[in-house]
Amino acid sequence: MKPGRIKQILLLTDGCSNHGEDPVVVAALARNQGITVNVIGVLDDRQNGKPQGLEEVESIAEAGGGVSQIVYQKSLSQTVQMVTRQAMTQTIQGVVNKELQEILGKNQTIEELPPEQRGEVVEVVDELGESSDLEVLVLVDTSASMHHKLPTVKEALFDLSLSLNARSGSNQFSVYAFPDPKKTITKMVDWTPELGEIHGIFSKLNSGGYTPTGPALKEAVYAFAGKPLMERMRNEEDPYEETGF
Amino acid sequence: MKKQVFDLSPGSRITGKWNGRTYTTIKKLGAGACGTVFLCRSEQGDTYALKVGEDSSRMMLEVNMLKKFSKVQGVKLGPSFVDVDDWINPSGRSFPFYVMEYVDGTPLPEFLKGKTKDWVGIFAIQLLTDLENLHHAGYVFGDLKTENLLISSSRVRWIDVGGVTAIGRAIKEYTEFYDRGYWNLGSRKAEATYDLFAVTMIMMEMGYPKRFDKGSHPYKTLESKLASSSVLKPYRRIIQQCWKGKIQNAADMKRALSDILMKRSGTNSSRVQKRRSAKESENRELATLTLTAGVVFGVSVLSFFL
Ligand SMILES: Nc1ncnc2c1ncn2[C@@H]1O[C@H](COP(=O)(O)OP(=O)(O)OP(=O)(O)O)[C@@H](O)[C@H]1O
Ligand SMILES: [Mg+2]
Repeated sequence: MKPGRIKQILLLTDGCSNHGEDPVVVAALARNQGITVNVIGVLDDRQNGKPQGLEEVESIAEAGGGVSQIVYQKSLSQTVQMVTRQAMTQTIQGVVNKELQEILGKNQTIEELPPEQRGEVVEVVDELGESSDLEVLVLVDTSASMHHKLPTVKEALFDLSLSLNARSGSNQFSVYAFPDPKKTITKMVDWTPELGEIHGIFSKLNSGGYTPTGPALKEAVYAFAGKPLMERMRNEEDPYEETGF
Repeated sequence: MKKQVFDLSPGSRITGKWNGRTYTTIKKLGAGACGTVFLCRSEQGDTYALKVGEDSSRMMLEVNMLKKFSKVQGVKLGPSFVDVDDWINPSGRSFPFYVMEYVDGTPLPEFLKGKTKDWVGIFAIQLLTDLENLHHAGYVFGDLKTENLLISSSRVRWIDVGGVTAIGRAIKEYTEFYDRGYWNLGSRKAEATYDLFAVTMIMMEMGYPKRFDKGSHPYKTLESKLASSSVLKPYRRIIQQCWKGKIQNAADMKRALSDILMKRSGTNSSRVQKRRSAKESENRELATLTLTAGVVFGVSVLSFFL
């Protein structure tokens, strides 16, 4: 098995969507396109108790085949890299399970293998996690309630890049913010292998009082689709080739 | 990432679906990010540590590591491996578990209460001796922290090999305080120096048991914390050198620490003479520790303590 390309959208938000189409539906759509959607709900450090509206966080990730987590600002860095990692492993396990079923038939999954074989398969999964190429589009909710959390978000993204770039597989990151009155989402950082130098990011923001998570997510899927197409044309690859492994 | 809590009451029986062996729980030893560990008894009457969890892949990776290190000859790196299986709980759900050697020991912070500065160095040396072996075998420990260390028969032992990573790969499990990436002092690639940094932070923790955050200037924070701790005074230079990347492997760091301990023995001998009777029992303990650590310079350190 050769390592493939894993695609993820990482949504960072702190509240419920209140505008446009249902983000859960859009997440399912993304998943169909081979893009996993992960969601992190960011709580205020001073906030106590679970605020309303964050149930959505879990449903979006579930529909998007990804991982969700609700955290306080102070653990954002560690959570962002953990969620991304976990979703990667999940994707790879999905592919491996499919292959297992092809070889062994039935509903054979990694968990159901006898310990001996399971031990060998998890090594393969682990190796793929190390060497797979990864594309992460980060979609940041920059509505008013998120403003004071943005420095932490910036730090967490730098940290994510640090974690993933320790792998041997290549990485591509891009960062988008929403809402944007004209285009729904604003590109903050174009595709780059490292999120080291993102000074000034999130500095000029215009946010209304609405949170169009669904439409933003949809734009993110489009932004994603546009990218590999161009890159592949450059590499003279078939742009319509199936993504994945 | 929902965490399942395994509250098995003492006397619960866990039988493996594949190998058919049964273990009876005695008490809960601890719980972590990926499972709960119980002290248990096998059918033959031996006591072991049994870890039960949910994420079977992650558990299996840990098992692979334990198995690997049971094989590294001579030196014991981590608890030895005993069994791996799946347990079907009363309501029919399957949970992976594995069984390993029970390390009967005291957590490091508890052990250190009321001990002298020299212990900081001795522990670091012990730890570095094990790390040197591990690095030679081609791995780094990764998630090196005091929770993963126990003192057992005057020897520092590590438990939880979940973070062990082949050299050159990416570190996947870490704890921010001990992670050089968090402090802006390097990458998360598995290199010997990654573990060495964690060792300096374990030393720092002996000066600051409650740990501390990085603040807005991580390096300045480290420097000022180091400068204002009297416990760490003898080790200041070497810790700084490590942070600056001037120490590249466990052997060098061990040597530098041994030099410090020996120098202290020269200048402080009269003071030690006076405290001798009061500290005698502790020194004997310390000496045993030094001996078991197999420190090359052990003899000279010993002659100072006895
Ligand atoms: N072999 C062992 N002998 C004695 N005690 C053990 C052993 N293994 C684990 N423990 C105890 O159980 C606790 C939890 O174990 P462990 O660290 O393996 O769990 P974990 O889920 O990997 O935790 P984390 O990853 O959060 O550190 C340990 O802190 C320790 O107190
Ligand atoms: Mg652990």
